[in-house]
Amino acid sequence: MYKYDSYDHAMVADRIAEFRDQVTRRLDGRLTEDQFKPLRLMNGVYLQLHAYMLRVAIPYGTLNSTQMRTLAGIARDYDRGYGHFTTRQNIQYNWPALVDIPDILDRLAAVEMHAIQTSGNCIRNVTADPFAGAAADELEDGRPWAEIVRQWSSFHPEFTFLPRKFKIAVNGASADRAGIRVHDIGLQIVQNDAGTTGFEVWVGGGQGRTPRLGQLIKPFLAPEDLLSYLTACLRVYNQHGRRDNLYKARIKILVEALGAEEYGHQVEDEWAAIRDGELKLPAEEIARIRAFFGKPKTAATAPVPVTENRAFARWIDRNRRDHAVNGLSSVVISLKPIGGTPGDITDAQMDAVADLAERHGFDEIRATPDQNLILPHVRNDKLEAVWSGLVEAGLATANAGLATDIVACPGLDYCNLANARSIPIAQAISSLLDETGLSEKAGDVTIKIDGCINACGHHHVAHIGVLGVDKRGEEFYQITLGGAFGTDAAIGSIIGKGLAGEDVPAAIARTLETYLDIRADGERFIDTLRRVGPDAFKEAIYADA
Amino acid sequence: MKAVTANRLTDGRVIYRTATGQWTTELAEAARLDDDQADATLEIASDESQIAVGAYLIELEEDRPGGQKWRRESIRLSGPTTGSTHAQATA
Repeated sequence: MYKYDSYDHAMVADRIAEFRDQVTRRLDGRLTEDQFKPLRLMNGVYLQLHAYMLRVAIPYGTLNSTQMRTLAGIARDYDRGYGHFTTRQNIQYNWPALVDIPDILDRLAAVEMHAIQTSGNCIRNVTADPFAGAAADELEDGRPWAEIVRQWSSFHPEFTFLPRKFKIAVNGASADRAGIRVHDIGLQIVQNDAGTTGFEVWVGGGQGRTPRLGQLIKPFLAPEDLLSYLTACLRVYNQHGRRDNLYKARIKILVEALGAEEYGHQVEDEWAAIRDGELKLPAEEIARIRAFFGKPKTAATAPVPVTENRAFARWIDRNRRDHAVNGLSSVVISLKPIGGTPGDITDAQMDAVADLAERHGFDEIRATPDQNLILPHVRNDKLEAVWSGLVEAGLATANAGLATDIVACPGLDYCNLANARSIPIAQAISSLLDETGLSEKAGDVTIKIDGCINACGHHHVAHIGVLGVDKRGEEFYQITLGGAFGTDAAIGSIIGKGLAGEDVPAAIARTLETYLDIRADGERFIDTLRRVGPDAFKEAIYADA
Repeated sequence: MKAVTANRLTDGRVIYRTATGQWTTELAEAARLDDDQADATLEIASDESQIAVGAYLIELEEDRPGGQKWRRESIRLSGPTTGSTHAQATA
């Protein structure tokens, strides 16, 4: 993991001192709410329905056990004993008092964490494949590049007031688990014909009210040119992005208006002037950052255990992933207990995960875009000990990738922007699909739920998406089919009119039953859906409507 | 009838304005306002942002949140509907 240097420590400490003073001035009346609001947002502090919400950055989703214990302590001492992992690999606290937030930030800083740039029209927390540095299908670990981008973008004076927020994702594996085509900029590590690694640069992806897939503007970018090229991309956006219209301010709108080719030309023109300047990455600096991100070394080469214990076997089957190092596995810790709140985790559970990571997981933990956690490096001969520890903590739900592994935004239960609730719908779907056995039978299916069109829950890129809308005080839910987040990314199609909330779980159950009836041998749900088209499921969805 | 609501500056908790110009976490203690009173009271409440942030009017029906925003205001009043014990703890 990256370790802060003296500059990092000083920058974060200075920002906390500044924010502490701003909070004091707000409380004693020297700052009005209008003056204070943009300042608190720059520090990740929102005001939601019931309370302030603090969003804490987890750079590219990577944590160690000390950091996880600190997150647990904050949940215990300043919140209601839990935290909520988000689709952007961050954690949110739903109940902190404003007066406590500077102290919370001090605690975070002590373990090299902060909440800077988790809101506002700036470059947000960089995200990455949560299996980076562990995955068997990886060309190169994306985390050093994510860290380089993090350092470049933190407090970047030119990009602090962009037309709108800006999200960058990095993926280094053959499978896209970072969602590079649904980010403002997606960086896919590739190898050219000469065997040199570099980046494909995808631009203009995003969700929200205008979902778009990113377009390839640079098939191969040499690594040393990463920061100069990103600077050129941001400069063209900063100059021409639609500051006049909030709903048209994201880069996806600019790229669509100009056309990807023209946008790419403008970037090349800008880049030509700066590519050989101070932003050229020195080889020794790349090597220095890479040195923070090695793979664990182990002499243990035990195979994945074969067991008579059905619960353990089921968990191995669903939640274990192959690792690049012989003798190791990665495991998904599902934060989707049947009928539970997606992404929520108690302070005691956070402590338990920290203990397991420290004891059996080379002290590493990841947060995923699916609102789960991962222990990326676990010796195969320690898998049973990890599973037992997770069982004890109530975290051993064996449903990673199944239909009950539902992603949901906080929705109207917490969020000021939401029009409808998400979490209760997720809970009802999860319970029904588990009771009926459909989750297990249907295999890999993604269900993602949003309570408004801003799409923090990523419904556009779910195999089955659910979008809550408000119609004269009543909640209705639109169903979309055929979306995909990573590899073969796609935007789902709206199937028809919205359903009442109580009808959604049964509609989804019938959709999965239809799939089981019509699937060809070996077809996953998304394969069948792409073969027959979404209309084939329309009758199932509206059978009772 | 209407009431004035906001979030408390110090901790963000949901509060309502009383007939005596105080702020309370209990909707039952909030001033019930007709349309004329509501606009005038909101104007006064909006100047109290050292206590209450983002004051606005809500509709009431039989002393409960009403109108098109009834669900949102009911959730603000009673907390998340997720059934999670950890989200329901008393503030």
